[in-house]
Amino acid sequence: MADHALTHDEVVAPHGVHEHPFYQKHHFETAEQQREAAGFGMWLFLLTEIMFFGGLFMAYLLYRNWYYDAFVSGSNTLSLSLGLINTIVLIGSSLTMAMAVWAAEVRKQGALVMYLVATIVLGCIFLGIKTVEYKEKFELHHVPGASFDISEFVHPTDKAEKPLPVDMANKTQIYFSLYFAMTGVHAFHMIIGLGMLIYFVVKARQGLYTTGYVQPIENFGLYWHFVDIVWIFLFPLLYLINRH
Amino acid sequence: MSDYKVSTKHDPHTPDKHDPANVTNPEHAEHHIVGPATYLGIFAILMVGTILTVVASRLPLGIFTAPVALAIAVTKAVFVVLFFMHVKYSTRLVKLTVAAGFFTFSILVIMSMSDYISRAWGQW
Repeated sequence: MADHALTHDEVVAPHGVHEHPFYQKHHFETAEQQREAAGFGMWLFLLTEIMFFGGLFMAYLLYRNWYYDAFVSGSNTLSLSLGLINTIVLIGSSLTMAMAVWAAEVRKQGALVMYLVATIVLGCIFLGIKTVEYKEKFELHHVPGASFDISEFVHPTDKAEKPLPVDMANKTQIYFSLYFAMTGVHAFHMIIGLGMLIYFVVKARQGLYTTGYVQPIENFGLYWHFVDIVWIFLFPLLYLINRH
Repeated sequence: MSDYKVSTKHDPHTPDKHDPANVTNPEHAEHHIVGPATYLGIFAILMVGTILTVVASRLPLGIFTAPVALAIAVTKAVFVVLFFMHVKYSTRLVKLTVAAGFFTFSILVIMSMSDYISRAWGQW
């Protein structure tokens, strides 16, 4: 911040009176106070996110109790191995994001950029696997709507699966509606997150976050870990209802 | 490479953390940096939890299948919140905020479910 127009403080206060880091906004007493306020604000945002996903989890809980057999049959059409791989990939991306926050704290610019890029790569792998899963659902006509095909649930090709009466088989559409709504909204959060990560990589390469200005990285870390937590619940609830 | 000036000067406005007149950091919170060793340990715990939840889903647990799966998921989430999200090292304000979020969610679930369960009470 050397050659630029004079900042507010440089105009109104003589040098030395208001020495503080370049990232500190003038309405905060200290950088620490600003950091705490930003962290608190981020948590308030995450509370609204808990309630946002919470409504979907509540709907899932109720319909799972009402149409349990349909939920079991729908769940067993998902690939357990792809779900497991994605869980490991996403928790891995949380680890690299946590390491990115650490790298910013200890001001290691190279490590910070590397961990942010690693988080992007793992996030893309997750979305890629999710795309493969979605594509299969479209091919099998397991997407709720006019072209939904219940034959697999009425006459299962796998003899270990329990055949469902037609009315219960139709209720698998509720399972798949919730499956697409919950994983879709989750994936949408990740796409937004990946966009922000690309911005952070650009700024991190310029050295913005290894000056003590950890706050944006730290707050984004909170967001990314929250998205990870949502998946930690989605994996058993959607993939592992009854796997015998 | 670096376009930004790193401030190394002590901020004269940073108050003594234990000064009673300190209003900007009333909890005297020292900033805590969580290191790679902790993160790797938590990652290992999360991996074990992930394997456990798959193994548990294949065991004949009957009606306990869902509670066991949720218990493992909650345990994993607690580790993420406390360590990856630094809540263990955060101020009481942040701890209270997080608790308020999960408490509000529990109201959503408990009130809604008690309504649905009691509507047709005795008719099943």
